[in-house]
Amino acid sequence: MIQTTLLLVIGLLAMALLLNLFRLLRGPSLPDRILALDTLYVNTIALLILDGMRAGSTIQFEAAVIIAMLGFVSTVVLSKYVLRRDIIE
Amino acid sequence: MSTLTLVAEVLVSALLLLGGVFAVIGSWGLAKLGNFFKRLHGPTKATTLGVGGILIASMLQQAAFGDGLSLRELLITVFLFLTAPVSAHLLAKAAMALEPGVRPAPPRHDD
Repeated sequence: MIQTTLLLVIGLLAMALLLNLFRLLRGPSLPDRILALDTLYVNTIALLILDGMRAGSTIQFEAAVIIAMLGFVSTVVLSKYVLRRDIIE
Repeated sequence: MSTLTLVAEVLVSALLLLGGVFAVIGSWGLAKLGNFFKRLHGPTKATTLGVGGILIASMLQQAAFGDGLSLRELLITVFLFLTAPVSAHLLAKAAMALEPGVRPAPPRHDD
């Protein structure tokens, strides 16, 4: 049962990633694109965890931790740069 | 198959489905709504909840069918819950500074 549900949820997350890509390409302003990039990071974390559940190994979890940390830092750095031209005030 | 295994399987599958549906709803809101400040709601609330649900399902599967209870996935969940509001706050500040025309109107005084 879990394997079938995993396939279904991987399909759902792929659809969510495509919707984020649509907003990334389309967003009429810059904060729209930064928000779409942040949501891409978060959905990629979920996809990596699902792949780890499917393959039964724990190495994808380490990659998910790295993407979580770096994604948050990138969003903060992009927003602060766009706001003030300066990352550390 | 014992009852406990069946209950664990059903619980993990239900949490996975719930998390996936919430992630799709959050991204659908991001893609569809009309204004930046309306679009900010989906990813911060719905996507964070959805990914948290998927992570808790992974933790349950590890506890029931794998090596035992490990709280590592809880680490990512707590990290996401802490950092999603900070990202949303900074993005809202950036949007308010860059495009003054999109700001929502202040509340009126109905005297």
